[in-house]
Order: sequence, then structure tokens, then C-alpha cells
Amino acid sequence: MTADAKPELLPVAATDLPRGVLWRLVRRKLALFAMVVIGIIVGAALFAPLVAPFNPEEQFFEGLTLEGAPLPPGERFWLGTDLLGRDLLSRLIYGARTSLIIGIVANGIAVVVGAFVGILAGFFRGWVETLLMRFTDLMMAFPALLLAITLAAIFQPSLWIVAMVIAMVNWVQMARVVYTETRSLSEREFILAERAMGAGLFRILFRHILPHLLSSIVVFGTVGISTTVLLEATLSYLGIGVQPPTPSWGNIIYENQTYFTSAPWLVFFPGFAIIALALGFNLLGDSLREVLDPTQKGRH
Amino acid sequence: MGGYVLRRVLQSLLILLGISFLTFILLYLIPADPARQIAGRSATAQTVENIREQLGLNLPFYQQYFRYLTGLLQGDLGRSYLQKTEVGELIRSRLPATLLLMAGAIICELAIGLTMGIVAALRRNTATDTSLMVLSFVGVSSPQFVIGILLLYVFSVQLGWFPIGGYGTFRHMVLPSLTLGLLGAGWYSRMMRSSMIDVLRQDFIRTARAKGLKRWQVLFGHAMPNALLPVIAMIGIDIGLFMSGIVVVESVFGWPGIGQLAWQAIQRVDIPIIMGVTLVSAFAIVLGNFLADLIVPLIDPRIKLR
Repeated sequence: MTADAKPELLPVAATDLPRGVLWRLVRRKLALFAMVVIGIIVGAALFAPLVAPFNPEEQFFEGLTLEGAPLPPGERFWLGTDLLGRDLLSRLIYGARTSLIIGIVANGIAVVVGAFVGILAGFFRGWVETLLMRFTDLMMAFPALLLAITLAAIFQPSLWIVAMVIAMVNWVQMARVVYTETRSLSEREFILAERAMGAGLFRILFRHILPHLLSSIVVFGTVGISTTVLLEATLSYLGIGVQPPTPSWGNIIYENQTYFTSAPWLVFFPGFAIIALALGFNLLGDSLREVLDPTQKGRH
Repeated sequence: MGGYVLRRVLQSLLILLGISFLTFILLYLIPADPARQIAGRSATAQTVENIREQLGLNLPFYQQYFRYLTGLLQGDLGRSYLQKTEVGELIRSRLPATLLLMAGAIICELAIGLTMGIVAALRRNTATDTSLMVLSFVGVSSPQFVIGILLLYVFSVQLGWFPIGGYGTFRHMVLPSLTLGLLGAGWYSRMMRSSMIDVLRQDFIRTARAKGLKRWQVLFGHAMPNALLPVIAMIGIDIGLFMSGIVVVESVFGWPGIGQLAWQAIQRVDIPIIMGVTLVSAFAIVLGNFLADLIVPLIDPRIKLR
């Protein structure tokens, strides 16, 4: 009897994520392509020990030529070997783990921090807004890569530090998007009505405002993975990202670049892997934007 | 207009002040002891103490920041720990090379990006359009060091058309400018496409067609100038993209600009140089945004100042 009045049993606030998003994505050729590419890389990362032909850190005596140079792609080592005689394919497969862990962790933190800052600034206005958004402006003016480099030079780089550094640089974009949307949302009638009815702050923010922000968060969160992957690769290429012997696509190129004229595959294969993953998330994000954004429908 | 400019100047100055504070905090947090680094490994405790005294490293936090800020206002970015030179001097001597590279990159990104965008808009919803837009996504999804090394391999190592790196002639400029410009070309092609599509829908285009102008006259005389305005206004904002890009591009091509300076400083953990380049870049970004905000209403009077 009394259970009916419990707020938990009320229907969950509707999100503006339309039903059948996945189905509509699959019907778009580019989105399907993107999902297949991402799927292959995620699969390789998850099942790395099963898929990789060799141990990524094992240095093969027969993995180098008599002169000590890396082997080109061949029957035994499909994509060739690197400067220490390790199997490139196995290192790429394990490197996918590094890229994805950083992509998910760093971007996840950036999304949460950015959304939180954006919602607070957009909802409370006043000095909270001024403080948070001026700080966001400040972070926007910092060249992202240089800030990441400075931070990476201060802290000893490890997988988790690199993820933190990237998150500290990348939350800004999300904060701006969420801020703008929250600001217009919090002036809409249904929010004013909630306030008038005396709904708690927590309830308004998380049951009424957040669900309406989901589309933008999903779109920018997806594109953000691609930004994160590129930044990790660049930091690792500069030697201040993930440190060898842990393989990352960026540090494979960093380690082997002295050989690039005689052994270009050592740059090409990891380079294509980075491009494929970043392109996958960019295309998926773009398709999501078109599927999720009702104002864009049928425009272009 | 005057009030708007004044407000934007004040805002920019505040942001710069904030940036100087942030960079100082970063400098302050570094675990390495600068005095020890300057003195060298064999220095006595007394020498290290003297240097610390001289640099003001034993002063309280706010006094150190004040010293740093007054230095900055006089154009003093501090001294390199290892090169024993003024950071400001190092940056000044390398700035022309970087500016040259950026000029080349702007030409590349506009030439490639605008062409792609216009062609895609005119061939809208065809296979050409789709492939051009996928290509623009490849552009923004490719790390610049991969593009750079790829271009070097194909055009310098295999074909021998361009030198493998270095600085001096026009031929040295081509590949680095292209590498730095491709990312922006990706963005510009998308912006130009949607801007062009918007303009082609306008009434004045229909009028121009109706009065019997030829297709190319409508395109180059009426559509393009209007579509270009909002896109060109973005150039000031590009500086942010470039400032991150030069570190990678200059180190791949051995281009003697401030990006290479920063990269060499990273290898030796020479923090004052990294901070100096960061500050100069942030300054350039703030200036770029400021100029963009000023120029937009000048070239496109339809945009109102806020």
C-alpha cells in the first residue's frame, strides 16, 4: 500500500537516448565499418594471450639477421621483428591493451570530471560558474600537448600516470559542452516545476538534467577516446609516455625509428594501428551525433 | 566596440595571469632540485646553498611567485639549467623558424582543406562527398609523427624529391608544412563543406542563378566569398593546434624552431625551457583567440559583438 508512494517505484526519468540506436548505427556503412575495426582491436586486446603468436617480450635469436638488423615480414614472424628481435605482431596485439586501457581510463576520468564541472557551473551559476568556467578557459589556453609534456616530465611516467596526465588535459572540451547545455536546460519549465515542487538538488541534477545530457556525453565521450589514443601515442613517441618494455603503439615507433629507412614496417604497422583505432572512434562518434541529434536530422 | 575590445583585453590579461600562476605551481612542484642541477654533481653543499639563495628558492611561495611574475613582465623567462643561457634568448633565436613553418602549414591546410570542402559541398551526398569526408577523418585521426615519417619515407627516402630533414631552402619546407597542415586541413574541409552547403541554400544564390549568371560566376563570385568568411575567421584559433603540433613535427624533421627546443629540453628534463615554450605558446593562443574575436566582426558584419 505505502510502497506505491516510494519514489523508487516511480518510472525512471526518460532519457533522450532514442531506442534502437544500435540498429540505426549498424545500418550506416561507415558506423558499421568503425564498429568492426574497434571490435577487432578490442578482441585482440582482450584475448591477447590466445591470439598473439609469441610472447611480446621474448627476444628471438633467429629474430635478427646475421648483421643484427630486424627481420622483414615473413612466414615465421608475420609482420617482421623489431630491433631486439621481438615479434612485431605480438607486440602490436599487446600494445592494443595499452592504448585501450589508457583510452578508457583517461577518457573515462575526463568525461566524469568534465561533465561534473559543466553541470555544476551550468546549474548553480553565480560565483561557482565564474570560478569553474574561467578555470576551464585557462585550461583551454594551454597547448594540450605541451601541458601533458610538462606534467609527464614532472611525474615519472607509468601507464597510470600517463592516463592521469591525459585526463587532466582532456576534460576541458566536455566541460564546455555540458556547461552550455545545462545552462539552457536549467531554465526550461520542467526544471522550474521540479524546483517549485521542492525536489531535492540531487534529484534534479541526476534524474532530470543528467539524462538529457546523455546524447552529448556519449558523442563527445566517443570522439574523446580517439583524442586520448592519439595523445598517448604522441607522448609515447616522444619517450615520455608508456615506458618500454611494456609495448604501446607509440613507443614501438619511438624505439625503432632509427631503422625506419631500412625497416619501414616497424613504423608503418604500428602507425596504421593507431590511425585505425582513432579513425574508428572518430567515425563512430560522428555517426552517433547524426543518429542522436534530432535537430540535425535530414539537414545535410 | 571600444568597450568590447577593452573587456576582451582585460579577459585575456586575466587568463595570462592565471597561466603564469599555473606554470609557476608546476615549476614549484617539481621534485628535482634546480640548485643542485645547476651546481652540478661535484658541487659542495655550500655552493648549492649559495645558488639557492641567489635564485630565491628559499623564499616563501608567494614571494617566489612575485619574483617570477616581475621577471616575466620584463621578458625574463628564467635560465636554462643545463645550457646556462637565458630561456628568452633561446626562444627568440628559434622563433623565426617556427613562424615560417606555421606560415607554410596555414597555406597547406587552407589549400587542401578548402578545396576538399568546396568539392564535397558541390558533389553533396555522392560517393565523392563521402570519400572526401572519410579522408578528412583520416586526416584528424593520424598522429603527426606517423604522417611525418610516412611522408619522409615516400618522398625523401624512396623518391628523393625532398631533403630528409633540416632547414634552409623551399624544398626543406614542403614536407614539414604539409605534415603540420594536414590535421587542420581535415577540420577546414568539414567546416568549409557545411558553410558552403548553408550558403548555396540562400536566396541570393537563387537570384544570381535566376538572372542568368553562369555556374562558375555564381560559384566564385557569390557563393565562395560568403562561405569563406566564417571559415577564415578560425585561423586565429588554429594556433592552438600548431603549438601542440610543432613539438612533434620539428623533432621528426629536425626543424630548428621552438618545438625542437622543447623536445630537446624534454630529453634532458630542462624544466625552465619546457615552461618557457609552454608560456610563449599559451600567450600565442590567447593572442590568436583575441585577434580572431576582433577580426570576425570586421570581415563579417552580420556577426554581432557580445
